[in-house]
Amino acid sequence: MANKQLTPEELAAQARQIRRLIIQMLAQAGSGHPGGSLSATDLITALYFNVLRFNPGDPQWPDRDRFHMSKGHCCPLWYAVLAQSGYFPKEKLFTLRQFGSMLQGHPDRKTPGVESASGSLGQGLSIALGMSLAAKVDKKDYRVYVLLGDGEVQEGNIWEAAMACAHFSCSNLCAILDFNGCQIDGRCQDIMGVEPLAAKWQAFGWQVIEINGHDMRQILAAYDQAKTIKNKPTIIIARTVKGKGVSFMEGVVGFHGRAPTQEEAQRALKELE
Amino acid sequence: MAEQLYQRDVYGAALVKLGSLDKNIVVLDADLSSSTRTNLFAKQFPDRFFNCGVAEQNMMATAAGLASCGKTVFVSTFAVFASGRAWDQVRVSISYNNFNVKIVATHAGITVGPDGASHQALEDIALMRVLANMNIIVPCDAAQTEDAVMAAADNPGPFYIRLGRSKVPTIENKGEFKFGQAQLLTEGNDVTIAACGMMVTQALLAAKNLAAKGIKARLINIHTIRPLDKAIILKAAKETKLIIACEEHNIIGGLASSIDEVVAENFPVKVIRVGVRNRFGQSGEPEELLKEYNLSSLDIEKAVLANIS
Repeated sequence: MANKQLTPEELAAQARQIRRLIIQMLAQAGSGHPGGSLSATDLITALYFNVLRFNPGDPQWPDRDRFHMSKGHCCPLWYAVLAQSGYFPKEKLFTLRQFGSMLQGHPDRKTPGVESASGSLGQGLSIALGMSLAAKVDKKDYRVYVLLGDGEVQEGNIWEAAMACAHFSCSNLCAILDFNGCQIDGRCQDIMGVEPLAAKWQAFGWQVIEINGHDMRQILAAYDQAKTIKNKPTIIIARTVKGKGVSFMEGVVGFHGRAPTQEEAQRALKELE
Repeated sequence: MAEQLYQRDVYGAALVKLGSLDKNIVVLDADLSSSTRTNLFAKQFPDRFFNCGVAEQNMMATAAGLASCGKTVFVSTFAVFASGRAWDQVRVSISYNNFNVKIVATHAGITVGPDGASHQALEDIALMRVLANMNIIVPCDAAQTEDAVMAAADNPGPFYIRLGRSKVPTIENKGEFKFGQAQLLTEGNDVTIAACGMMVTQALLAAKNLAAKGIKARLINIHTIRPLDKAIILKAAKETKLIIACEEHNIIGGLASSIDEVVAENFPVKVIRVGVRNRFGQSGEPEELLKEYNLSSLDIEKAVLANIS
């Protein structure tokens, strides 16, 4: 189990490594979703390296903290983090999306460390709720983390789950909302406005923490604060930049679901050195 | 007249029994626990029961999350909502994950009665049958409901169990229940009548009337729709050359289609479908509706007489 605590600077360096892997995997695969993988990289790196309790040698360890990626299309990020955390060798990453690979185009339980499939948006918060309730039934103290997208909260299922998580006082549950402001067809505010996000979640009975999702100190403080609340679930609404870390991808809607070419990948990797 | 019981009463009692045997059993409902009878479990085991309110999509995916942590989750609501309202959650979060989620859907079929078309699930078997990994049981009476619930608890993976709203007569002498193995109820080589759920009672009546006319019908209770007992169907196809498939469901996608697929691939014979012929239901008493939608024993008899050579 966890995990030597990294300093914010060490976490940032790890995140840069993970961003490099994401670019390399996607360029190799020739398809996939860089934008949202890169926007959530700092959040998920900090989670796995400093917060989450797990044992890569025993992925089914009953007392492990749970993480679920509800916005499943960002699985390149998840896979890179799992590999960097010791769940499987890094070389496996370059089989992403290939026939016979354990790294499917969207999450699948055949990947060590993946608890549940996702890919159809809106279901993951409910999955996390189920995990949270299981901890209650079993009187276990593990915590449950789930990554949501901002486009994803347009799904009705999210709000059914939001209501239920508060109703069942799931203080062991922490949602992380990657608020990068973009979805496939454009800016969220133009396609289907999701604001005011903080007020919505507050009204649903959640503790809301708003942070800059690329500032490691703020991220770590938010995870700490989430643990202190009693009788309420927590959502960390993290302002992020889609495609973060690669200048020509940042804020570019087109890189939601398009892999970089080999040439673009080379340029990106240079920026991420 | 045989004893008449509610399948859902037996379901509720079976859940309580399971709950005391196995601490891993968790039950979810969507504001229908007094109708589905999961309230019996809720009363006994309040810490393992979660009422999810009127939010079936959340309920199904929550069940998946619980199952991912090793729970065996029974989840109940009406069949229309369990199959249709939350189908994608059942597909991705339950079936694809191959989790131990047992969907027990009540109020299936036309005999829901006065609530009318919106509440009469005539498509649910079809919707569940196309999902890889999904097991489907349609018990014919109350006693078989307990068998189905126990089979679902004992066997890994997702299940869909289809129950009715109304009381159904208990069918005597049907022999032991074996998951995945259909039951031969009457012997005969003139025609095969295959039925599931409450239509087994109608089929028994039809078989009796046909016997009085000198026609010996082989009656099979196909309680398990998936995995289907292909052997008993092929044997019947070969030995009787005519199959009448009876179900309280649309003729598309349910039991009849399952039989069609098996015989078409292996030993084509005529399969006549007694079911709802691609219409929505309507309000009425169950008996009136069975007649209007040609699901009565008389309709089965007619189908046999019109097609037997």
